[in-house]
Amino acid sequence: MTRIGVLSLQGCSGPHEKHLEKLGIDALRVRFPSELAEVDAIILPGGESSTMIKLLRINGLFDELARFVRERPTWGICAGSILLAQEVVNPTQPSFGATRIRAVRNAYGSQLYSKKSTVSIPQGKKMSSPYSFEVDFIRAPRFELLSDEVEVLATGEEGEPIMVRDRNTLCTSFHTELGEDSGLHEYFLREFVESVSS
Amino acid sequence: MDLRTGLANMLCNGVIMDVANVEQAEIAEEAGAVAVMALERVPADIRKQGGVARMSDPQMIEEIQRAVSIPVMAKVRIGHLAEAQILEAIGIDFIDESEVLTPADPFRHVNKKNFKTPFVCGACNLGEAMRRINEGAALIRTKGEAGTGNIIEATRHMRIITEELQELKGMTGARLEDKAKEFRVPVELVTLVAKEGKLPVPNFAAGGVATPADAAFVRQLGAESVFVGSGIFKSENPLPFAKAIVAATANFDQPEKLLEVSRGLGEAMRGLEISEIPEHEQYAGRGY
Repeated sequence: MTRIGVLSLQGCSGPHEKHLEKLGIDALRVRFPSELAEVDAIILPGGESSTMIKLLRINGLFDELARFVRERPTWGICAGSILLAQEVVNPTQPSFGATRIRAVRNAYGSQLYSKKSTVSIPQGKKMSSPYSFEVDFIRAPRFELLSDEVEVLATGEEGEPIMVRDRNTLCTSFHTELGEDSGLHEYFLREFVESVSS
Repeated sequence: MDLRTGLANMLCNGVIMDVANVEQAEIAEEAGAVAVMALERVPADIRKQGGVARMSDPQMIEEIQRAVSIPVMAKVRIGHLAEAQILEAIGIDFIDESEVLTPADPFRHVNKKNFKTPFVCGACNLGEAMRRINEGAALIRTKGEAGTGNIIEATRHMRIITEELQELKGMTGARLEDKAKEFRVPVELVTLVAKEGKLPVPNFAAGGVATPADAAFVRQLGAESVFVGSGIFKSENPLPFAKAIVAATANFDQPEKLLEVSRGLGEAMRGLEISEIPEHEQYAGRGY
């Protein structure tokens, strides 16, 4: 049985548990190294990345999670994608370097510039058809690619990447967990978790 | 879900700290705050100095926005829609329509549905929480007695709201309609809350949080995050206190961790016994 962890130090972790449970997957809250050892894949939720970094250090989880996300299926959402990035600016802060992107924090502006949008992604290896879904951008970061090997799965209004894949990692600058649609969670399961474990 | 409530969800399991200048804002960010509340005087000083407490100088708020990368909140007086418009024009991330400031409207709160900026409002009980949500609040917090360093009122509000939610859960039909009348909100909202067993927006604790143990306590009572007002910068060692409260909020159910972060912090803010405050100077009764 696949077990997916949800980093639960700070931020919007609860809704991910609900989506995973809806898909029949065991969701485990991860705050300590012993809990990380129990999971096959992990979701790093939205929240405040600068707060999460401090709590990762306080709970002795930073180095172990850094190793985990370089090898195992990992999905970073908004703040979570900032943790995964190779480089973080505005301002600079430590990160895991698992996804070859530069994350520019708050690049779209304050909460006034938060917005809803529709995103379409092409069919995957295991998902049989293209897929469209509603997303929320909340004080979102902007991604800049640092390698040609990073695959852009969706782009925003100005053609900028908003959803990327790099090896075992998926990064989205937007949120889908606040709505009822579990489609992107299913996508992560099929295209990342199952691909790696099978 | 509404984008305004979306941001409230991102602030969950975090600490929002009151700051009165750029230096304090930088300390709060360094300690791991998820957001700062910019205001010229922390509640303990408002209480001491008296007078009419108003929205802070926009210039002071803008300086804090430039100094930190985390969301910045600021307070408006109850019902003062022009102060709220000014804060929206600044591009503030969250507006607190707060009983800590002197109320501006004797009849109504701000119609928060007219704003793109999310609002947080205080509530002592479920009816008050639902009235604020019906007006468009994206986030609810307790109205613990601000500036006292005394947790008892925040505890009271958390317990009352939890109990009233429990009671509402079993209700149907005419009883829900009665509740809607009692709460002065549409029956649709009451029905939704009864069905879900919880509010449609997050519920945070505020007012009187002074120590890491206080933060852990209100989290165990069901608060999804914690506002800390005077508790940090009125303590002997603000940075270690702030860091410890952040760690305790995330690890609220881990006694070993709470012990570790509570050791040797120095003196907490002095604090006030609620019965020593004349009734007309208690903030929780402000609002409708």
